[in-house]
Amino acid sequence: MSSLSLPLPPAPRAASRAAAFGQIVRNEARLVRRQPVNMIGSIGVPVVLMIIFGELPSFHQPAASLGGLTGFDAYVPIIMVLGLTMLTLLGLPGPLVSYRELGILRRLSTTPVPPSWLLAAQVVVQLGIALTGLLIVNVVSVTVFGAPVPKSPAGLALSCLLAIGGLFALGLLIAALAPTANSVNAIGRLALIPLLFFAGLWLPRAIMPAILLDISNYTPLGAAVEAIQDSVQTGFPPAAPLLVLAAYTLVFAFLARRFFRWE
Amino acid sequence: MATLDGIAAGSRELVEAPAAAGGRPAVEVAHLRKTYGTLVAVDDVSFTVAEGEIFGILGPNGAGKTTAIECAIGLRTPDAGTVRLLGLDPRADRDKVREIVGVQLQAGALPAKLRVGEILEEYRSFYRDPADVGELLEVLGLSAKRGDYYRSLSGGQRQRLSVALALIGRPKIAVLDEMTTGLDPRARRDTWELIEGVRDRGVTIVLVTHFMEEAERLCDRVALIDSGRVVALDTPASLAARARGGKSVRFLPSAPFDETLLTDRPEVSRLEHEGQHILVTGTGELVNVVILTLAAAGVTARDVQLDSSSLEDAFVKLTGKNQQKEGALA
Repeated sequence: MSSLSLPLPPAPRAASRAAAFGQIVRNEARLVRRQPVNMIGSIGVPVVLMIIFGELPSFHQPAASLGGLTGFDAYVPIIMVLGLTMLTLLGLPGPLVSYRELGILRRLSTTPVPPSWLLAAQVVVQLGIALTGLLIVNVVSVTVFGAPVPKSPAGLALSCLLAIGGLFALGLLIAALAPTANSVNAIGRLALIPLLFFAGLWLPRAIMPAILLDISNYTPLGAAVEAIQDSVQTGFPPAAPLLVLAAYTLVFAFLARRFFRWE
Repeated sequence: MATLDGIAAGSRELVEAPAAAGGRPAVEVAHLRKTYGTLVAVDDVSFTVAEGEIFGILGPNGAGKTTAIECAIGLRTPDAGTVRLLGLDPRADRDKVREIVGVQLQAGALPAKLRVGEILEEYRSFYRDPADVGELLEVLGLSAKRGDYYRSLSGGQRQRLSVALALIGRPKIAVLDEMTTGLDPRARRDTWELIEGVRDRGVTIVLVTHFMEEAERLCDRVALIDSGRVVALDTPASLAARARGGKSVRFLPSAPFDETLLTDRPEVSRLEHEGQHILVTGTGELVNVVILTLAAAGVTARDVQLDSSSLEDAFVKLTGKNQQKEGALA
């Protein structure tokens, strides 16, 4: 044992482990920058949609059918969760599944750093993209297109965090279940339409028939749109959508942990 | 070529190496067993690797080599048996073992759009006392590729990068699974030189390989694994000698002679005619015996070829399989 401990200098372990995590995050961020397709989907598409809707004069008329909201106001929360959905379905699980396919997670498990760190680093990087997208849509919708300043910024922040929680946990569950990077795309295409439908992309929640609205309330995107909409228009959102999002976060995270394979 | 001081466990350990050579083994594997359902991947595998040794694990495809190695480094939990790496249990002492054992697994890729230097810097940060990236790249002949994307590397360069990642933590034990598969002969030879250089700095090396030539050239000892068991464990030369029960000498006699002169000698076990040539099989100082005996009878042996049997012969004999062909197909 004595000769074993000899070559290990008394390094400040906590600091060096933080440095190792920092290195992983740095390389994951580089990869995102060099393959910007996910950033285009999760930041570019929402911003372009917002500009198109913002430039349509009809979208700035309060409509009785939307409960007195303008079309633009009704669509900003939907556009926000649209960006998060792209990350959930592609940005987060895509790299993780390909790392498993390429044997990178396996390689990491032979080093002092566990492969879960790579997963954590992905979450950090994708969180950065998510927050950037949300911030751009929020700031530009208010400053450029005259959307109302959120009534409850705290409620909005909490709603966004819980929406990210529920959706990222879903992304990790997809990463756990998808056997190949191609199957991530297939799952994404299948899940995208129903998720976005209940967010109100084609039929805003304000004009959804009661039965669809009830279903929407219990979907991750429906609850997220409700919580964000309320935070912007009326004040701190009611407990129901927040609890729905929190429950999705816990359940998806539990299932992802349960089924995740490292090789 | 750059000095290897930077990547090996450090020359300061060399002082200890002679003492350690007779002491604690680097790797101890005892009665390892691993099954997947009804499939017995590893039946009963035991071997010991001394510090500073290059130890080869040979065997046909599906023999259980990789499973045995994965159990040995703690990636898989064996059903039975014990493993000690420099006295440590790879699962109970996981963190310590990860620090001192560098592993290159078969068929591992890396992100296409990371640069060679970025990948090495990342893995370097995982270890307490890592090698210098620039030095390691130079030794591996990858210096010019430091700024290149992984996807632009050739198969050989990717393989060398993979070996580099196994060595970046300056391990005391390096486990390399099919390290030169897919390399061209030149790159393979370069890699062998590198491995010898790493060993010369006191690192223990466990090689899983398909290539007989590689095992013969590099390994101090070889374990031949077949159907989950060690069927032979010896130096490559002894294994080869065992395969044919000795060596053989082929020659063209200058004149006919009494063959019992040779077959009566204790060193000679067999004499065969191959056209004009004669093939004598036996043991000991066979060449000297043949030439001196013939000279005493006034006969000269011309065109003498010493045909010592190879590790491949041993492999075929012990496993009944032709590894080289499988290797070429794999």
